[in-house]
Amino acid sequence: MTSISLFGILIKIIGAIVIAFLGVVIGLFYKGIDRKLAARMQARVGPPIRQPFMDFFKLMIKENIVPQNAVPWIFNGAPIMALVSSITILLYLPVGNIPPLLSGYGDIVLIIYLLTLPAIGMVVGGFASGSPYANVGAQREMVMMMSYELPLVTAVVALGWKLSQVYPQLNIFSLAVINARPIWGLVGPLGFIGAILLFITLAAVTPGELSKVPFDAPEAETELAGGILVEYSGRNLALFGLADAVKTVVMMSLTVALFFPYNISHLLALSGVFALIADVLFFLVKMFLVMFVEVSFVRIAFARLKIDQVSFAYWVPVAIIGLLGLMLIVLDTIIV
Amino acid sequence: MNKKTYSIPIGPVHPSLEEPMTFNFEIYGERIEKVYLAPGDNHRGIEFMGRQRNPIQIIYLAERICGICSASHPFAFCQAVENAAGIEVPERGQYIRVIIAELERIHSHILWAGIAGHELGFDSVLYISWRAREEVLDLLEYLTGNRINYGVFMIGGVRRDISEEQIPRIRKTLEYYKDVYGKIEDIFLKDPTIALRTKNVGVLTKEDALRLCAVGPTTRASGIKKDVRQDQPYSAYADLEVKAITPDVFSGEINGDVYDRIIVRLLELVQSIQIIEQCLENMPSGEIVAEKKLVKLLNQLKKAKGEGIGRHEAPRGEVFHYVKLAEAEVPEIWKARAPTYNNLMPWAPMLLGEQIADIPIVVASTDPCIACMDRVTILNKANGRKDVLTKKDLHELSVQKTRRITP
Repeated sequence: MTSISLFGILIKIIGAIVIAFLGVVIGLFYKGIDRKLAARMQARVGPPIRQPFMDFFKLMIKENIVPQNAVPWIFNGAPIMALVSSITILLYLPVGNIPPLLSGYGDIVLIIYLLTLPAIGMVVGGFASGSPYANVGAQREMVMMMSYELPLVTAVVALGWKLSQVYPQLNIFSLAVINARPIWGLVGPLGFIGAILLFITLAAVTPGELSKVPFDAPEAETELAGGILVEYSGRNLALFGLADAVKTVVMMSLTVALFFPYNISHLLALSGVFALIADVLFFLVKMFLVMFVEVSFVRIAFARLKIDQVSFAYWVPVAIIGLLGLMLIVLDTIIV
Repeated sequence: MNKKTYSIPIGPVHPSLEEPMTFNFEIYGERIEKVYLAPGDNHRGIEFMGRQRNPIQIIYLAERICGICSASHPFAFCQAVENAAGIEVPERGQYIRVIIAELERIHSHILWAGIAGHELGFDSVLYISWRAREEVLDLLEYLTGNRINYGVFMIGGVRRDISEEQIPRIRKTLEYYKDVYGKIEDIFLKDPTIALRTKNVGVLTKEDALRLCAVGPTTRASGIKKDVRQDQPYSAYADLEVKAITPDVFSGEINGDVYDRIIVRLLELVQSIQIIEQCLENMPSGEIVAEKKLVKLLNQLKKAKGEGIGRHEAPRGEVFHYVKLAEAEVPEIWKARAPTYNNLMPWAPMLLGEQIADIPIVVASTDPCIACMDRVTILNKANGRKDVLTKKDLHELSVQKTRRITP
């Protein structure tokens, strides 16, 4: 028994390293695609897709400046905290048919908690930089976190509640369980509309979670000159860049796992390794599509909102859409 | 309750500013409690340089006061010299001047639209509008040989004629802008996020606009029908019907906010297109410049004595040049007052009580041109420090200077 668990632990450690590496690479690659696509939609050529990698390597060899007013250990620790916490979430996310590496050790509620950690890392780093711009940025990030939590949790809880009604014996908040049972198959017409509304809610939360236009008030280039990140340079900035890339992967995978957990292998009558490869590729394609809709397209189609407008948008319209979705799903279950 | 404010400096170098200018803000939470303006970071001593050059050389210097108003400054300067020396500009020259000036307005307003989009975090607007701006720059290059500093103005007229073959090319560009205008209007006036960010933001009341002598689209957006082209028509504008545009033409109400300034600028695009079309139709034939031989012109100016003023409605508002000729090779005094100088003070009432997020767009909404505006920097020679002069100090200095230059 002990030898098996030791072996299991070893597998998990190697798996964690592989996933962290893949998460970073895929995240940077997707960031490159996102920038290229946005550029094309804005009628410009845009940077090459490998640009985020080049940025990362360049930043790593640059000087790491710590401002005089900063609190050095917090200032330097914040980017590491942001990166580590976003990579940790990756370990809890299923890819296609492959269950999460740490399935059984945590569920989606844990993920929601972990999702706030990179943001908290940024807030702490911002406050520790001792710059008025970063200070304002950090305050805004906190306000944003408080604003988008409710809609995010609404979407997740609604899905979990529906699962608990259909399969009362299962651990309904486990992502592996949610991933294996798409919401669309469980609901009637009313619930279907509800699920669409929940998807819209999650799609609205994603740009906020990733600090992208229109919800990029904490970084706001033209107002705060980078806000939270204004004092960061060199290695620390590179780490924040990685954290951002990984967080993009996390949000996309979460959306895919919650709403589009379909696989392609059984349609193509594949099996074994081929099925696995096909599913992973299909998963990446789904992630790309979700990213295109939720991030690339949204960020070129809107102006940046002010922080009070961001707060209002999340607390009122988005929250109402989320609650409406929840109500429809409940109604659907009760009527049936 | 004791409000604890903190201060945020914007500038001299900041991503939202195109040119160096310093603002110091006292902020409570996200709200602006106090505004301190501290210009003077971009003074280049151009007027001093001008006093060591002859008037024809100054035209090129005036052109380089600002990169965007590179027709407005020489326009006003040439008028000032013509006024002082009593030179009459041939009619065709006047029409060509107006055409170039209006093309410049189109280019400036579209450039501004892009910057406004960028300040709002709406970069797509920036790329789309600056792409549309290329067409007018190409046309200006075709007509004058240069995209930015046209080098077309001359005392007594213009240096280049617009030939019959060139007119279809101008009409093509005007048609292009009639098409593009619909798109730009659609983006700016119908987009919900732009409306969210600009309506009731940076309000300048009619009273404040009058009291602080705002000029150009900034004052027109507050409902004051002030436009040099309408009030004191000069050059070919006297033949054309130019009416000052206020936002109520479009929306039926005047709020004096950033949104209204967008409306005014967009409507002025259409107005400029109409003015150029009228000019092309009515352009008389004949000479384009009063005196072709530069040596002769210089001799004439050397003998001239007197003062002259030139005013022009630049894209940003009224630009004013004053020249005093005193029977010498170089003018005794040359003074340029750019529109941004007038639009400096209105920033204070616009910014007070707004949020930090509004600073970039409110500052950009007057279309500031700091290079134009920075005409004076007071340095304390003893300690090398920049000092702030009170109204009393300035008045005393002015009295001294008036005594010095008027015998």
